[in-house]
Amino acid sequence: MSNIIQVKNISFKYSDQPYLFSDLSLNIEEGKWTTIIGQNGSGKSTLTRLIDGLLTLDKGKIVVDGLPVNDENINMVRNQIGIVFQNPEDQFVGATVEDDVAFGLENRQISRNVMRVKVKNSLKEVGMWDFRNRIPANLSGGQKQRVAIAGIIGLSPKIIILDEATSMLDPQGREDILGLVRKLKDEKHLTIVSITHDIDEATGADRVIVLNQGKIIKDALPEQIFSQTQFLKEIGLDIPFTEKVVEKLRKNNITVPSQYMNEEELLNWITELLSKK
Amino acid sequence: MNNFLFGRYLPGNSWIHKMSPQSKLLLTFFFVIIIFFANNPLTYGILICLILLSILMSGISLPYFLKGIQPLIWLIIFTVALQVLFASGGKVLWHWGIFSITDQSLINGGYIFIRFMLIIMISTILTLTTAPLAIADGVQTLLHPLKKIKVPVDTLALMLSIALRFVPTLMDEMTTVMNAQRSRGVDFGTGSLRQRLKSAVPLLVPLFSGAIDHAENLSVAMEARGFTDSEHRSKYRVYHWQNRDLLSAIIFLIIGILVVYFRS
Repeated sequence: MSNIIQVKNISFKYSDQPYLFSDLSLNIEEGKWTTIIGQNGSGKSTLTRLIDGLLTLDKGKIVVDGLPVNDENINMVRNQIGIVFQNPEDQFVGATVEDDVAFGLENRQISRNVMRVKVKNSLKEVGMWDFRNRIPANLSGGQKQRVAIAGIIGLSPKIIILDEATSMLDPQGREDILGLVRKLKDEKHLTIVSITHDIDEATGADRVIVLNQGKIIKDALPEQIFSQTQFLKEIGLDIPFTEKVVEKLRKNNITVPSQYMNEEELLNWITELLSKK
Repeated sequence: MNNFLFGRYLPGNSWIHKMSPQSKLLLTFFFVIIIFFANNPLTYGILICLILLSILMSGISLPYFLKGIQPLIWLIIFTVALQVLFASGGKVLWHWGIFSITDQSLINGGYIFIRFMLIIMISTILTLTTAPLAIADGVQTLLHPLKKIKVPVDTLALMLSIALRFVPTLMDEMTTVMNAQRSRGVDFGTGSLRQRLKSAVPLLVPLFSGAIDHAENLSVAMEARGFTDSEHRSKYRVYHWQNRDLLSAIIFLIIGILVVYFRS
């Protein structure tokens, strides 16, 4: 598998602050779901902005799908990347659902006939076609994020970045959005980069990168990271739900295997334990 | 205040709802100009018939419509009353100090009242049947010629449509802030004017800082979605000049000719 995003020895700082990144390197593999996790201020959102050329690097180079991110390539890079931002309200530009999905297409000067087809298809794909005439005030946060995703897939990018896209949603809305992105990833062979501070959102990932104060302090498979509850707590992150259950069980003197289990595995293990008694 | 219709949009499917916003805007302007040509009962009568026909075609019930503009009727009556009391010329019917009512001023007052009513009614029909966004689009098309003299028409239209899109968002936030302040004991809407203005400050500061946050985030999101400048964009919404627009324009034109012909 090739690396669709290559971050090479980058340095970056906000004008009057110390360096956030110095000599950071990182590769994102094509077709994988990579979760970047870290606390507020770890630099994870800044990293997305650098990748999309919304901020300018001080040193180093970022290559997206073979194109270095610079002023010359910026539009082509942005055609390959769709970002779902944190606040559903602040990325809804159009007056209605339909208009909002069309916004990105209008920016690329796509002809009206093509636009109509694309808007319809993308809205159907995210299950929002019936809401096409709604104004944003009459939509829930989750619905707005669906519209944001429709606006992205209409442009058929190769990469979708979820920049804390589910942090303002209720648990149900979060599951919905993550499920939708998973479905789209499989259908369209997308590369997903999800930025989050919520450890449970990382469970479905192919790879987890832990970012702390601008440095990568862990880069591994999710199950390798999730069982290290001590480490997660030290860097100020929450521990996964199943690990919380395991911790409680251990406190009650029940011996639990030390390797990480997802919800299903844990459930099976508990049922087995109960049936033995 | 809930029945107040001026400036509101009522979604619907009527003949006028389906007209293109450009033609509605143009016909509204045309109508307002025609009003100033009317100067006798017949010409005003023709215009009143046209406005009643328009209300009928907008699918809004007449009593509901009249009730909706009632607060404005009082305002007009007040203005007209002043006009009548201070006018001169004609036979004096009533006189007290500086005030006098003449037969001429009564007739003029009546005409002015009808004029105001007609203007308010036609513009209310426009806003009732046209979504804010469509009005913005209509303005954009009508101002299109100004692009020749380098007026950034498309940017202005995009600004207008984003501003309209954020009105409900900011209203929601205002309610939230007001409730938060109320729970801390701030009393809105009572006391002297000075006290009321003072209580608006803790309301406006968070509202403004929130609006600036929205603007910042929105600009980043717009840029990420490929926005560079508003002059090089294709357009998703296009309004076509349909038969109904043509027919309406013909009716308005005939009325216009009649009014000019019958004026005394």
